[in-house]
Amino acid sequence: MNSFQRRRVLRTMALATTMLAAGVMTGFAGTAAAQERKSVKIGYAISKTGGNAGGAGITTLPNYKLWVKDVNDAGGLEMPDGKKLPIEVIEYDDRSSAEEVVRAVERLATQDKVDFILVPWGTGFNLAVAPLFDRHGYPQLAVSAVTDKAPDFVKRWKKSFWMLGGGHDYAKALAKILADAKKSGVVNGKVAMISVADGFGIDLVTAARPAFKEAGIEVSYDKTYPAGTSDFSPMINEAKVSGADAFVAFSYPPETFALTQQSQVASFSPKVLYLGVGTGFPAYGKNNGENANGIMSLGGIDPNNQMNANYRKRHEAVTGVAPDYWGSVITYASLQMLQEAIKRKGLDKAGVSAELASGKFQTVLGETKFEDNQLRQLWWTGQWQNGQFVGVMPTERAGVSKVMLPRGEWKKK
Amino acid sequence: MIRLLSPAIFLAVVAALAYVPFVADSYGVTLGIGMLGYVTLATAWALFSGPTRYVSLATVAFFGIGAYTVAVFSETIPYPLLLVTAGAIGLGVAVVVGFSTLRLAGVYFVIFTFGLAELIRQLVTWYEVNMAGTLGRYIFLPVTPEGIYWQLLALATITFLISWWIGRSRIGLALKVIGDDEVVAAHCGIDIARVKLALFAISSVIITLVGAIQAPRWTYVEPVIAFNPTISFLTLIMALLGGANRLMGPILGAVPLFLLFEWLSANFPNHYSIILGLVFIAIVFVLPRGVLAFAEENWKRWRRTTPENLPAVAE
Repeated sequence: MNSFQRRRVLRTMALATTMLAAGVMTGFAGTAAAQERKSVKIGYAISKTGGNAGGAGITTLPNYKLWVKDVNDAGGLEMPDGKKLPIEVIEYDDRSSAEEVVRAVERLATQDKVDFILVPWGTGFNLAVAPLFDRHGYPQLAVSAVTDKAPDFVKRWKKSFWMLGGGHDYAKALAKILADAKKSGVVNGKVAMISVADGFGIDLVTAARPAFKEAGIEVSYDKTYPAGTSDFSPMINEAKVSGADAFVAFSYPPETFALTQQSQVASFSPKVLYLGVGTGFPAYGKNNGENANGIMSLGGIDPNNQMNANYRKRHEAVTGVAPDYWGSVITYASLQMLQEAIKRKGLDKAGVSAELASGKFQTVLGETKFEDNQLRQLWWTGQWQNGQFVGVMPTERAGVSKVMLPRGEWKKK
Repeated sequence: MIRLLSPAIFLAVVAALAYVPFVADSYGVTLGIGMLGYVTLATAWALFSGPTRYVSLATVAFFGIGAYTVAVFSETIPYPLLLVTAGAIGLGVAVVVGFSTLRLAGVYFVIFTFGLAELIRQLVTWYEVNMAGTLGRYIFLPVTPEGIYWQLLALATITFLISWWIGRSRIGLALKVIGDDEVVAAHCGIDIARVKLALFAISSVIITLVGAIQAPRWTYVEPVIAFNPTISFLTLIMALLGGANRLMGPILGAVPLFLLFEWLSANFPNHYSIILGLVFIAIVFVLPRGVLAFAEENWKRWRRTTPENLPAVAE
């Protein structure tokens, strides 16, 4: 008797749950009714919490907010007929989980039925959502994704755009700087190299090894360390005795800051010092002052580009923090390209994608256009010079600054 | 009559769920994938941890192994064999790990399993960095979301049937005895190590397969993505909410919790973590033995027909 009742409870509950689940799954659909258009819906899922929140909070999110404010302050997004529609933002937190970012983008596309979707932060997440953007026909302006496979991705996902180059681009630029310095007798042609055992570090170091070899640079020390390492003194000491007078670290922000401090403590002052992500953060320049001079990294800006300078001022005024010197300005430029393409083609996603692929745009970077859906007008190497992180590679690009080598000794505080 | 009714209901539910992709849009399918994934994970977790009361946080270790196997071999092995390979690797790891650790008990086992996930993640990272010279692999398989949904549904069905079968077999009884008192179990002539190992292996293989089936959705896999510890915790809390030592428990925990998480992240993206924490605390305080036990107790109190001091054993 007793067990029969219990079973009946169980069965009823199970049935109810299943029906509820099925009902919710089908019922979630069809809530957005067609209305007269008063706004443009733009959605994005970004890592506001979890491991990726640091990077997303510096490079991506402030620029999304700045852009939305800029556009809405000006009356909204301009349509081809001259009408202006304000942006309505739908924002989700992907909690640094790949499964969550996929689901959030799916939700944006099918439930919220947004007009355009902005990209998440990071190489992995941009790839995770790429099939969805493609299936639902949204253009994907992937900024914070460093990948050498962009030419393949473009063939696979025709509406995807890759805006930060690949590991090979950055490694080759660095190899050229070192080779030139060796030729002019500034350095002895030996380099000590460490890299973080994570996506970014591995990508760059595997690109750097052949690039250095080709450029005639000898790698006298080559070590990988796990992400989160905080004590670098053994590595610095080994690099010191390896005979190299150039030191390269493909590092993440916490390690970049730690390496800078610990090199000073160890009086390790190589003639060429190249550090990874974080060197381009405004805080880096502020913390290290004069000592930052001569340190190199990825990215950079053209110090004489007035539009970029204005952008940097506005970014700081609106968001309260200065933009970094690598991905930030590219993020903002990608949004300006989208804005301009919408002005030319309206809210037709296919039209906007085609316009992005073939058109020329005025952005904070100057005149910007894609080559085979990739942005190639990038600074492959930058260097701190007098309080600014300026682009020094490629040398043939307009606005380039001359690389200053060797960098001086550390100044004791 | 009753005997025929439950299989009929079960079949009807499975058939109805299999039909969902034809009526739901792609978001519905996405929801379904997430839900079936967690239902399977929670049921598989409860398969071993429910009766033995060994709280395992190794879910993501096996989940990640599945995902990574697919990533590594997706270009060299045809898809069905890929799943078999993933299952075999999961089985191998489970047997090795099980042999060496199932003698641990209580909190030591919890800590070990948590460490295991991290250990495997570091091993994979080390291998990728030093041997393969890459980190992050691409998965380009022609598997549609609907395909993943049906595969997960099949796996969930099989898991449920295994759980049902074990619940009424000798091995299930043996497990319950082990969970109540290992010494007594040993004296009854139960080969504790073998029973525990068998269950741990079955549960681990199913979890590995969930990872393997879901991996193609990500396109890109790196250790941080595949071995996300949140999966272990969510699985655990879902199984506990429903009641880990009952057949329907994990399902009744996973479905509402998954929908709750989804609703929270859609409507309160900025307060998600806070609300989630409160929900967890509420579960522990209000429903320490799970929804099912709670419902039964209140049902009984309401009916007042059964003696109060009957032990609430699982059916």
